[in-house]
Amino acid sequence: MRPDILQQAMAEHHEECLDNREFGFWLYLMTDAILFALLFATYVSMFRNTANGPEPIDLFDLKHVFLETACLLTSSVTFGFAWLAALHQKRQIVMFWLIITLVFGLSFVYLEVIEFLDMIRQGAGPQASGYLSSFFTLVATHGIHVSIGMLGILMMVLQVMIKGLSPQVCSRLFRLGLFWHFLDIVWIGIFSVVYLPVFI
Amino acid sequence: MLSSRTVFLSKWLTILLALSLLLGCSMQSSPILYPKGPVAETERDLLFLATGIMLFTLLPVYLITFWSCWRYRAKGKGAYRPNWHQSIFVELFIWTGPLVIVVVIGILVVVYTYRLDPYKSLADSEQAFRVQAVAQNWKWLFIYPDQQVAVVNELAFPCDRPLSIEITSDTVMTSFMIPALGGQIYAMAGMTTRLNLKAYGPGLYTGRNTQFSGRGFPHMVFDVQSLSEADFDQWLERVKTSNNRLDDVHYQNLLKLENKHPVEYFSWVEPDLFGRIIGKYTGAKGALPLQKPRNLE
Amino acid sequence: MLGRLTIEALPFYSWVAMGGAVVTILTVVLAAGAVTWAGQWRYLWVEWLTSVDHKRIGVMYIVLALLMLVRGFIDAIMMRAQQAIALNNEGYLPPEHFEQIFTSHGTIMIFFMAMPFLTGLINVVVPQQLGARDVAFPFMNSVSLWLTAAGAGLMGISLVIGRFSTAGWTGYPPYSGIGYSPGVGVDYWIWALLVSGVGSTMTGINFITTILRCRAPGMKLMQMPLFVWTSFCTSILMAFAFPALTVVAVLLGLDRTLGMHFFTNELGGNMMNFANLIWIWGHPEVYILILPAFGVFSEVTAIFSKKRLFGYRSLVYATMVIALLSFTVWLHHFFTMGSSPNVNAIFGIATMIIAVPTGVKIFDWLFTMVRGRIIFHPAMLFTIGFIITFVIGGVTGVLLAIPPVDYLMHNTTFLVAHFHNMLIPGALFGYFAGTQLWFPKAFGFKLNEFWGKMVFYCWFIGFYLAFMPLYALGFLGMPRRLEQYTNPDWQSFLLVAFIGSCFVLVGIFSVFMQFYVSIRDRNENRDLTGDPWDGRTLEWATSSPAAPYNFAVIPRVSSVDAFWTLKKEGSAYPFPEQYPPIVMPARTGAGVFIGLFGFLVGFAAVWYIWWLAVLAMVGGMTVLIFRSCNDHAEEIIEPETIMRIESQRKAQLISGGQSVAMGAPL
Repeated sequence: MRPDILQQAMAEHHEECLDNREFGFWLYLMTDAILFALLFATYVSMFRNTANGPEPIDLFDLKHVFLETACLLTSSVTFGFAWLAALHQKRQIVMFWLIITLVFGLSFVYLEVIEFLDMIRQGAGPQASGYLSSFFTLVATHGIHVSIGMLGILMMVLQVMIKGLSPQVCSRLFRLGLFWHFLDIVWIGIFSVVYLPVFI
Repeated sequence: MLSSRTVFLSKWLTILLALSLLLGCSMQSSPILYPKGPVAETERDLLFLATGIMLFTLLPVYLITFWSCWRYRAKGKGAYRPNWHQSIFVELFIWTGPLVIVVVIGILVVVYTYRLDPYKSLADSEQAFRVQAVAQNWKWLFIYPDQQVAVVNELAFPCDRPLSIEITSDTVMTSFMIPALGGQIYAMAGMTTRLNLKAYGPGLYTGRNTQFSGRGFPHMVFDVQSLSEADFDQWLERVKTSNNRLDDVHYQNLLKLENKHPVEYFSWVEPDLFGRIIGKYTGAKGALPLQKPRNLE
Repeated sequence: MLGRLTIEALPFYSWVAMGGAVVTILTVVLAAGAVTWAGQWRYLWVEWLTSVDHKRIGVMYIVLALLMLVRGFIDAIMMRAQQAIALNNEGYLPPEHFEQIFTSHGTIMIFFMAMPFLTGLINVVVPQQLGARDVAFPFMNSVSLWLTAAGAGLMGISLVIGRFSTAGWTGYPPYSGIGYSPGVGVDYWIWALLVSGVGSTMTGINFITTILRCRAPGMKLMQMPLFVWTSFCTSILMAFAFPALTVVAVLLGLDRTLGMHFFTNELGGNMMNFANLIWIWGHPEVYILILPAFGVFSEVTAIFSKKRLFGYRSLVYATMVIALLSFTVWLHHFFTMGSSPNVNAIFGIATMIIAVPTGVKIFDWLFTMVRGRIIFHPAMLFTIGFIITFVIGGVTGVLLAIPPVDYLMHNTTFLVAHFHNMLIPGALFGYFAGTQLWFPKAFGFKLNEFWGKMVFYCWFIGFYLAFMPLYALGFLGMPRRLEQYTNPDWQSFLLVAFIGSCFVLVGIFSVFMQFYVSIRDRNENRDLTGDPWDGRTLEWATSSPAAPYNFAVIPRVSSVDAFWTLKKEGSAYPFPEQYPPIVMPARTGAGVFIGLFGFLVGFAAVWYIWWLAVLAMVGGMTVLIFRSCNDHAEEIIEPETIMRIESQRKAQLISGGQSVAMGAPL
């Protein structure tokens, strides 16, 4: 068999696969969006079910939430820089920005965990009332997504380091980016549905 | 001479006929086909009416099925036109036919859903008779707030007045139903649901929980008596002579898990017991104490 | 160390439960023994378990479905037997066992019989109908399969270790909460649903992508075969409805395991949220089950009436309308929860509107038969049986959609009869018809028609005998899920229903008998051409069974019934002088391991063996990460191999009496 025919067949196959994966990933994000939408709906419908327990106004700290938001939004921007660098095939810069993204992501999760622990210490854990169950579940589901995203970033750093910016690696990076920005959008939803109404 | 086949067939036909007669006779006891109150009767009539309307699609489907199976079988006489695959006329018919029927039934839905809203008081010259029902494991407690009495597993009411029932649950979700008098509604802890029913005259019926609620679910039935004014007064006297009084302590006893609790009368009941049972789950002040849920599996 | 798993977990509480456990263990041991005895472990592993070929995955799905059909049916006939005798006595089943049985019957039939069955059919057929070589994500397909199998495994092991849920297949809280149901049963239910639900979501994503992006060149959306269309709508529903199931199962699990208060009676929980969430998934689920069957019926009526499908456009639009509307009607499952008449009326009307496109489809199939030449093949019998039975279910469905009528009939056996009337003719008959139709495509020989007819008549008669009495019992006020009763009027009906279930038993026996006889006589029934029924769509263009790559030359499509057109043009069987190499995904065991880890996570979480849960979770993630970093997950089929396969095919076609077009353009 002539190697050029083989290579061409392989390249076509890969291109098709990566296109499909991008499309499929959009679909996955839509299913995830539905998952979050239902958690939001649950949260809203349980907003009044505090069962004589702690009320949101006493629990949330606007400064803290602002800091969390800042971390996550910045991480989205830095991920964007990484992607731009990937477009120009600049391996070192991609890795640099990915690690910066990782740092911001980690600080976000750290801040969230601190917030949760603080609430639990005040007796406002997820077992305290239906309202708090829905709060913890919604926000923690987002937090878990962010953590999985960070695992993905770590894997991408390793892949960029070892394999370089091959089409496959770039495609993975692109999809991870979609995921990361999607989580940003979900967080904006959380910020404006969970935290903001309490302070207005 | 009858062929053996005919004999065979007629034997089976006879058996089938006998069986369907037997089954048909049992239908006489159907509380839904032979309702005992205006609500159930309207609901049944609605069921019949809607079924009747839908026969307009059902029959054409059957006709076309059998006709085409016969006419277009391999040796059938129907013309074979393998490329016939569209016809504006047919399409119009198959879209508008079901649509018209659904529109008609849709109008029925709107009219009757409002008319038969279980929360709506029945239009009647007499004032409604109030009862509060509480689902427990696995029995029903009926509180008569105006008479200050309570009864377990028996619901009696004067048949010349409409019956207005407030329903809640002191356990898992159940469903309260007296099929002869009308439809059901769920009973849920911490919430009140309502049913408005009426009986045509004196009678005895069965009511029950229709939503699976654990081990004793099959036995969660109660007797319903619609009584004439005089009979009801007598019944009330009987209840009032009972030595049992339903105070908070006795109420805790009622919460035991048990099957087939006998009918039990309470000559006195704590004021606002119903509200305080609901309060257990909403955390209202002055409510009864909340117990840990128990294993119902 | 072992969480709450103790020796108590073994089913010593009833001889029937013990029997179930013994049968389960014996089945597994015997199956493993048979494979060992035949020395086929390697073949099984290499050719089947690790395969990512959509046809093989489809067959494995269907095997799983048939196994679970047997298990679910045993549950059913046990319930019928119990109710037939339990007048004023306990019957032969202890109450807690009866309750487990009605829960597992529903759970198994929906999640582990119907879902794998339809997914299997879609897997075998859709890529071939599209003129594609595989699905868009072959590896994900394998993961979906093994996650479904893991869920089924959890169902199986719940027979042996511990007990199953008693809360019914919808698991309504607060009964299913930890307080009222402290056992492991509800946890088994939750984890079986969660694990297999993830698989179904992925199947949905996979087939949406496949259908939108892997069609043969020239195939417009409005030229796709109807089965592809219904599979497409089903996939959309799977992808967008199953997240709701995931959410509701997770929330209930959080209530039970971490003591949260989503659906509890106290501390602000609200079980009405559960009813909403589960039916936001549950109603589309009904159409997930039924739509593929509708697709099968469309193919079957066209093929066995020897005629082009009537009203293709109507059928497509009707399918889309049904899929869309299925998301807008969930509240009709709980009209009796005390919503206002405004809400009830709106949802009642929305529900009835679905009857319009469904009616349209029925008439389209009927008019396909009109002016055709009907062959009463078993597949066609299932279709006709479906039409005349399904409309009864449609009528009772519209009745139940009228809120005041629903107040009367809800929670009675009338409701049970109604949904079985939708799902047995509407879904199962379709899957059976599909099996009769496409079996030669998967295995290369036709199924025995006598036993096929036996399957049909037994199921058909059995269905009427088993469920018409339940309609009547609904009018007699008999609630569902009754383990014993005191009303003597009910018993005669329940006896008839039991006789019906015995007919169905013979029907299930016939299913396996049909396979046995057909395999025995396979040499007489070979399908040499790959087109045993004079088919109209592209799956009949491949050989039977199809080559791993399905099509050596991807066909060009220019019309509905693409294969029919090609046959008319005389270019249905192209055999070029030369073939380019074909790149296909390579087999992988990663799917099997992910399924295994999924099973372990579920099992460990059920019994609170947290170290194992964490370990299994890490294991699954590791496999997934390694797999997704892999850049070379494919193998090449050399032109010589293709040439060899295709010349064999050519010889077969000629011996099957088919004229072959030579040297068609590449």
